Amino acid sequence: MPKVTWILKDGRKITADVAVGHNLMEAAVANNVPNVIGECGGCLSCATCHVYVDAAWYEKAGHPDDMERDMLEITAAERKPNSRLSCQIKATDALDGIVLHVPEI
Amino acid sequence: MDPIIVVGAGQAGVALAAKLRALGYDGPLLLIGQEPVLPYQRPPLSKKYILGELALDRLLIRPPGWYEEQKVECRLSTRVAHLDPAAKTVSLDDGTDLRYSKLALATGASPLVLPAPIGGKLEGVLRIRSLADADRLAPLLQPGKKLLVIGGGYIGLEAAAVARMKGLEVTLIEKAERILQRVAAPLTSDYFRALHGWHGVSIREAVTLERLEGTEGRLTGARLADGTRIEADLAIVGIGVLPDKGLAIRADLDVDDGIIVDGQCRTSDPDIFAAGDCTSFPWRGERIRLESVGNAIEQAEHAAACMLGETKDYDPVPWFWSDQYDVKLQIAGFHRGYTDTVLRPGKREQSQSVWYYRGEALVAVDAMNDALAYGIGKKVLEARRSIPKAAAADPAVELKTWLTAS
Ligand SMILES: Cc1cc2nc3c(=O)[nH]c(=O)nc-3n(C[C@H](O)[C@H](O)[C@H](O)COP(=O)(O)OP(=O)(O)OC[C@H]3O[C@@H](n4cnc5c(N)ncnc54)[C@H](O)[C@@H]3O)c2cc1C
Ligand code: FES
Repeated sequence: MPKVTWILKDGRKITADVAVGHNLMEAAVANNVPNVIGECGGCLSCATCHVYVDAAWYEKAGHPDDMERDMLEITAAERKPNSRLSCQIKATDALDGIVLHVPEI
Repeated sequence: MDPIIVVGAGQAGVALAAKLRALGYDGPLLLIGQEPVLPYQRPPLSKKYILGELALDRLLIRPPGWYEEQKVECRLSTRVAHLDPAAKTVSLDDGTDLRYSKLALATGASPLVLPAPIGGKLEGVLRIRSLADADRLAPLLQPGKKLLVIGGGYIGLEAAAVARMKGLEVTLIEKAERILQRVAAPLTSDYFRALHGWHGVSIREAVTLERLEGTEGRLTGARLADGTRIEADLAIVGIGVLPDKGLAIRADLDVDDGIIVDGQCRTSDPDIFAAGDCTSFPWRGERIRLESVGNAIEQAEHAAACMLGETKDYDPVPWFWSDQYDVKLQIAGFHRGYTDTVLRPGKREQSQSVWYYRGEALVAVDAMNDALAYGIGKKVLEARRSIPKAAAADPAVELKTWLTAS
């Protein structure tokens, strides 16, 4: 199972194994990562699953599609070039080790 | 130390418990729910779950291990039958009494039913509120079957969409002049009427159901007040919900359309809070009740903070979404009391947005396949600002400029 690490604003790290195919919002909620809420359950309606993908992983995680780009306009925290909605990133073996930075909201 | 007890293990109940822990409450915490399954999300029940695209484990609000890890004792299949604010106890349906230090009511809402004398109890007449309802319905959605949807609100329309996607023949009847009358402007009704028409749903508005008919206790069709008859193998009733306020009423707490709470989610008893679909709360000079996931979570989190001493008032920008076929609807704001609407064409296929104004003030936006319109609308509403009608209506005007304009 791919490992995912969330780094919080205060430097605290949360690492978890995530089932292949599960999205990284679900994984965050399952592991009690603060500030990743996922109100809409991952259907690209709420933008409460915003994270910054670590620069080293941004390309591997893939690019946001059109709808996601629009939704990124309304994240509570500042939008950055490496902003993603984590419900749109699915865990795969290629993402084993991925690092996500969690914004303060 | 007596525990904090949360009654109702749904979207609000779980959010409340999780927030209490996140804010540092480390005393005993008990979540009581009458359903036999761990708390789950309801929205997919009328969408992906029924289509078989989302399994139960993905529906759960938190995975099974979470409750133990967070020391949230979750009692399932347990109904709270009675509440005694003076003694600070709740009684379970098995007769056990439990003391609480503080209590939260997150009992949600239950669907309105059609009375038995007009056929509401016939086999084949279903509803979609719980997982059990969805599990009963899903295997019955067979291609070629005739489905009658009673009620043209969001749940009825979503049910019609999934049934069409599964190849049923679908007729939807709506008593009001138009579908979505209670929750949206004519422009939005028009959009969804056209969308469903295009997908082959037969929509009939301004028609009253006289009764459902059956043979040997099984639904066969419906008789309308205008004398017409519709044949049906199945009916889904989506005519609205009533807040579950029975416990509060019997405990003499103040209620109206829901359990009355103040800005700090407190009921008329200082140690009892409430959140989610079951509450009636003060909001910008009026009292409202919302039926949405966003409100269930945000109000519950606010309630948790207030239980621990927060004194700010809950002041949300309401929001809601719905998925039908390949259209995503997102709503920001609350449209009550609007005087005007303007239509803004979108940039994608089937995309548009409807902007609601009370006088010159923007009060709500319905965005169909137009996340940017939704997002900008929500941000503007959060900042308590507006966008001039002419700008909203003109697709050549970039909405983003209004985010920064003063
Ligand atoms: C099919 C469907 C689709 C939906 N789609 C959307 C959508 O797309 N977007 C959106 O924003 N919202 C949607 N909603 C609405 C949303 O699901 C609700 O607003 C939300 O679930 C409310 O959360 P709640 O915790 O207040 O109530 P609920 O989730 O209903 O939870 C309340 C729980 O309390 C339990 N309970 C009640 N009384 C007692 C008692 N005395 N003892 C023990 N337990 C008790 C109930 O059994 C229930 O499990 C949808 C709802 C349905 C049914
Ligand atoms: S969870 Fe709602 S957009 Fe990701």
